[in-house]
Amino acid sequence: MSTRSKFDSKLIELKENLLEMEKLAEAAVRNSLSALLNHDIEKAKQVIDGDDKIDALEHEIHDKALLLIARESPVAKDLRTLNVALKVSSEVERMADMAVNIAKAAMHIGNEKHFKEILDIPKMMDNALEMVTMAVKAYVDEDVMLAQKCAEKDDAVDNMFGKLVHELISMVPDNPNATNQIIQLAFVCRFIERIADHSTNIAENVIYLVTGKRFNLNE
Amino acid sequence: METSSATAKINNPEEKQIVYKTKDLDLWYGDNQALKKINLDIMENEVTAIIGPSGCGKSTYIKTLNRMIELVPGVRTDGEILYRGKNILDKSYQVEELRTKVGMVFQKPNPFPKSIYENVAYGPKIHGIRDKKILDQIVEKSLRGAAIWDEVKDRLNQNAYGLSGGQQQRLCIARCLAIEPDVILMDEPTSALDPISTLKVEELIQELKKEFSIIIVTHNMQQAARISKKTAFFLNGEVIEFSETNKIFSTPKDKRTEDYITGRFG
Repeated sequence: MSTRSKFDSKLIELKENLLEMEKLAEAAVRNSLSALLNHDIEKAKQVIDGDDKIDALEHEIHDKALLLIARESPVAKDLRTLNVALKVSSEVERMADMAVNIAKAAMHIGNEKHFKEILDIPKMMDNALEMVTMAVKAYVDEDVMLAQKCAEKDDAVDNMFGKLVHELISMVPDNPNATNQIIQLAFVCRFIERIADHSTNIAENVIYLVTGKRFNLNE
Repeated sequence: METSSATAKINNPEEKQIVYKTKDLDLWYGDNQALKKINLDIMENEVTAIIGPSGCGKSTYIKTLNRMIELVPGVRTDGEILYRGKNILDKSYQVEELRTKVGMVFQKPNPFPKSIYENVAYGPKIHGIRDKKILDQIVEKSLRGAAIWDEVKDRLNQNAYGLSGGQQQRLCIARCLAIEPDVILMDEPTSALDPISTLKVEELIQELKKEFSIIIVTHNMQQAARISKKTAFFLNGEVIEFSETNKIFSTPKDKRTEDYITGRFG
């Protein structure tokens, strides 16, 4: 038996908690967009109500990590593991908050018919969610290369965001009755862009976890 | 150097002097080699911690620095330990001279069965100081230096055995300071103390490093992390890694160091 088997099992448990939280957050993000696209108010409400559970999981992860710091006096990679668990759980919690924001936008738009077919926002979301998947896999596998690849995708999402918002605003004069909807959709673009940024932050934490060095991949 | 080789030397940005330069030190107890090609540069006015599992050679090493190791029968050494540039392992080197420069504090407090005052005045008296006024000054200065003056100033003539363990250890540090050493060697100085006494001694060490160079062997890794500037990790008689303490405890280079400091060793 390893001299730190109990501590090791607690670290694994913490990682499992984090992955459970991430799955909920990712589902919330997907559901929020689905609610927006399909005028599904009920689904939007579920996303908003479900956020409490994600917040509670974040608190649980923080409590467990702090308790382990107090009990085990971790150093080196053990300390980074706990530090990263604290930070990644906060990034995931913020992603879930973005899902709530998108769900709220869906509720603002309500049953109002979309002024045009929404095609680019789901594409942008696919890109952001691909980054989330990569960041999470990089975290699970402690894969620095994958973390870097994840961060490299952020530019594409940023570009899409700029382009989409510009397009949406340019449509206001021709669609004065849809101004509220257009503003809400522009906000949604911003929320998706933030989800991609949170993925990049997770990727940065993966690199720190493995190498002990900090990188700013958001530039 | 921060490699797994026995060579261990790191940059010295503050241009402090090297107190001890250990060069290719081997040491045998009979046929058993306890130290293998140790190379360490220890800087002045710093706390250098030596960590490692039991039997790794850390206590053996620290005892070579004041040649106490010679008291063990059958000890043989090869290589050099330069103290302020002179090889203390050279037969012509006077061990008495070394001991006036290098004080030592042990695991268990070992005051003499004498008064608090006499414990501190003993060393200076041996070195020929007889003037009561000067001795009084030395005793007060040393007890203040060891952060115990306020606790004992009204009972200097009482037997030292009446002090608590933590106080006895600080008295031993005061006794060490009384000879105005250059270096203080500490061999697990707090392992027999309660947590509060331990923290007091640790705070004291932080003060003492302003005037002295301190080399401390400790089993308490958090202690090494808290108080030392540099840390050497010993394993099986070798220096596995010697580096800035912050680096050792955050991003050690050698996996064996990481395994040891994270408690995954053995």
